[in-house]
Amino acid sequence: MDLRVPEQEKAFRDEVRTFLEESLTPDIREAGRMVTSVFAPVKEAMAWQRILNDKGWAAPHWPKEFGGTGWSVTQRAIFAEELVRAETPPLVPMGLHMCGPCLIGCGTEEQQKEYLPKILSGEHFWCQGYSEPGAGSDLASLKTFAEKDGDDYILNGTKIWTTYAHYANKMFALVRTNRDGKPQQGITFLLLDMDLPGITIEPIVGLDEVPEQCQVFFDNVRVPQKNRVGEENDGWTVAKYLLTFERGGQEYAPGLNVMLEKIRLMAEKQQTAFGPLNQDPVWQYKFAALEADVLALEFTEMRIKSALSAGKDPGALSSMTMILGTELLQKVTELRIETLGSQSVIWQPQALVPGEEQPVIGPEYALTAMPHYLNSRACSIYGGSNEVQRGMIAKAVLGL
Amino acid sequence: MHFQLSEEQQMLADSAKRFVRDNSDVEKHRQNKKLMPLDTATWQQFADLGWLAVPFEEAHGGLGMGPLETMVLLEALGEGLIMAPYIATVVLGGGFLRHASAAQQAETIPALLEGKLQVAFAAEEYERVFTLENTAMAADVTGSEVILNGTKSCVMNGDQADLLVVLARTGGQPGDQDGLSLFLVDANAPGVERVAHRTVDGRQGAEIRFNQVKVSEAARIGELNGGYAIARDVLHEGLLALSAESVGSLSVLLNETVEYSKTRKQFGMPIGKFQVLQFRMADMFIAMEQTRSLLLAATLKTVEGHDDAAKAVHAMKAQLGRAGRKIAQEAIQIHGGMGMTDELGVGHYVKRVTGVDGLFGNADVHLMAIARSA
Repeated sequence: MDLRVPEQEKAFRDEVRTFLEESLTPDIREAGRMVTSVFAPVKEAMAWQRILNDKGWAAPHWPKEFGGTGWSVTQRAIFAEELVRAETPPLVPMGLHMCGPCLIGCGTEEQQKEYLPKILSGEHFWCQGYSEPGAGSDLASLKTFAEKDGDDYILNGTKIWTTYAHYANKMFALVRTNRDGKPQQGITFLLLDMDLPGITIEPIVGLDEVPEQCQVFFDNVRVPQKNRVGEENDGWTVAKYLLTFERGGQEYAPGLNVMLEKIRLMAEKQQTAFGPLNQDPVWQYKFAALEADVLALEFTEMRIKSALSAGKDPGALSSMTMILGTELLQKVTELRIETLGSQSVIWQPQALVPGEEQPVIGPEYALTAMPHYLNSRACSIYGGSNEVQRGMIAKAVLGL
Repeated sequence: MHFQLSEEQQMLADSAKRFVRDNSDVEKHRQNKKLMPLDTATWQQFADLGWLAVPFEEAHGGLGMGPLETMVLLEALGEGLIMAPYIATVVLGGGFLRHASAAQQAETIPALLEGKLQVAFAAEEYERVFTLENTAMAADVTGSEVILNGTKSCVMNGDQADLLVVLARTGGQPGDQDGLSLFLVDANAPGVERVAHRTVDGRQGAEIRFNQVKVSEAARIGELNGGYAIARDVLHEGLLALSAESVGSLSVLLNETVEYSKTRKQFGMPIGKFQVLQFRMADMFIAMEQTRSLLLAATLKTVEGHDDAAKAVHAMKAQLGRAGRKIAQEAIQIHGGMGMTDELGVGHYVKRVTGVDGLFGNADVHLMAIARSA
C-alpha cells in the first residue's frame, strides 16, 4: 500500500492539464464557474462534450471497443480531478453515465450501434423517465403503463423529476407492462423519442427559479417494441445494472476540496470586528470539521477505486459514499452562505446565465452561493433518498 | 407571571390573522421574479388598520404599544409570508425616529403613520461580517457639515425607502463601539446612488453608494460618536420583530410538513408512519418551540428592561438561525422533490428563514456576541 504517484501518471496528469489549458474556451470556462447544480448550463456543457469527443475523451469509463479510452482506474481518477480543478462544466450524465453503460451491458448489438456513437457526439440528448408522482424513491410502485399493440407498445401515464426533458430528444424509461405479481417483476425498460405524438412536457420551476426538472405526460404514445432493452417485465434487472454503474462511478471529494479551498479564500476576505473571518475560532472549527470529513470521504472513494481496479465489488462503501458525498456537499454549501453572511442573500439569477451581460451586485464570488445551497438540498432526495440509502445499509449490510 | 395575551393584544392578533387569511403572499412570491414597486394599496391597508401606529407614542399619533404587540402582529404576518416592509419602516425606522430630534420627528412621523414615508436602515457592508461595531463606512465631520462616503450592502427596503438611517464611523476603528454615529439621509439626496436587487426570500434590497453626500449636523440622531447604544437598542427591537415573523413562518413549515407526511404514501403507507421521520418531525417541533421560548424571553426581558435582555436577544437570533436551518432542511427533505419546487409554498418559507439568518449577523455571530459579553 502506498500513496506515491508513479512517474507515468504524473506525465498523464500533465497531458490532461495541457489539453484543458488549450481547449477550454472562455464561454465554457464561464459556464463552469456559474454551475450551481450537478447539472451544468446545457449549451456550454454540450459544446464541451463535443470538444472532448473529438479528442476521444467523452466517456473514459466506457470499454474501449465502444468508444472509451482504455484508461486505468487511476488515470480516470486523475482525469476527473483535473476536470474539477479546471472548473469545467460537468457533462450531462443521462447519456454518458446512465443510458450508455446500460446499453453496453444490456442492449442488443443493433441498439449499441444505433445509440452509442450518438450519445458520445451529443446528437442524442437523453433524459431519464423513472420517477412518477407518488413513486419517487419507491420505484417499484410506478404506474405508467405500456400495453402491447402489434409491433408497438402504447404508453399512458406520467413521469416527473425528469431532468432536462425540455432539452432532450430521447428518453430511457421504466414502464409497467404487467400489473400482476410482485411489483418489481412487471416493469420494462424502454427507449423512446421525445417528439412522438402524445408526449407533453411541462417544465417545473425550482427554488433557484430555473426549470431544471420537468413532468412528462404520455397520452397513447406508440413506442416500437424493438426499443425495449432486455426482456419484457425484466426492466428491474436492467435498471439495477444501470444503478450499479451510476453509484460506482461517482466521486464527490475532488469537487468538495475545490469548494473548501474557495471558501477558505472567501473567509480571508470577510472582516470581523476582530480580524479576518478565517481567524475566528468558530469558523475555524466548522471549516476543520468539514476538511476532516472530506478527507475521510476522499479515502473511502480511493478504497472503492482500489477495489474496482482489483476487480472486486466495493459493496457497502458505494452506498456510504453516496450518503456522505451528498450530505457533505450540503454542509459545504451551507458553510459557504454562512461565510458570506448578508452577501449571500442578494438574489440575481440572471447574472448566472453564461453570456449575459448582467452586472454583478456585490462580490462576484458570492454569486453562486445561495442558488447552489438551495439546489443542493435535492441531492439527498434524488437517485433514491438518503433515507432509502440508509435503509439499504441497515438491511443489506448490517442484516437488520 | 403569565403568558396570556391581553384583550387588546388578542384583538391585534385576530385582525392580523384575518388579514393573512385574505392576503397570503405565497402566490405573490411565486410571481415575483423581478423588482416590484411597493404595494401601496397593502401598505395603505396597514395604515388604515392602525398597524403602522403600533410602536409610536400617543403624543405622536401612535398607539403607544411596544415589542409585545409587534411580536403578536408579526408572528401572524410571518404565517402568511407577507412581504410588506414593516420591520424596515415601522420597527427599525420608527425605532430610530423615536431617538431623533423633535424637528426630525415632526417632519417624518406623521408621514410615516399615514403610510407615505418608507425607511431603511443602512448598516451592512460588503466583506464585513455584520456586527454594529464592525462598521467601517466613513463620515467626515467638518464644522457643522458631515460628508458620507462609502457603500452599504443589502439594505433591506433600501430601494423603496424615502429616508435612510445610515450608521457610519466618525471616529475610532472597526471593532470599536465608540466612534459610530447615525445620520438621517434623504434617499434622493445628491450623491446617493442606489442599485436595487431582489433577495433570496422574494423581497427587495439595495446596494447604496454614498459619494460625497452632504448632511448637516441636524441630520444626526443622538450624540456624535454615540450612535452605538441607540443602534444596538433599535436593532434589538428589529431582531425581535424579525424573529417573531420567522416563528410564524417556522410554524407553517412544521405544520405543512406534518400534513404532507400524513397524505404522501410510499412503500404502501403514509411516510409519516415511518418512525425515522416521526422522530425528525418531533425534533422540528422542539426546535420551533425553543425558538418561540427564546422569542418570549428576549421580548419580555426587553420590555421589562432586564440587565440580560441583550444576551437574550443574541440567544434568540442564534436559535432562529439554527432552528430555521434545521426546520427548513427537514421540511424540504420530507417533502422530497415537491419541496424543491417554486410551486409549493414550503420552498418560499424555506427561502425566507434562510435569508433571515443571513441578515444582521447569523447564528455564529450572535453566539460569539454572548461568549464575548460573558
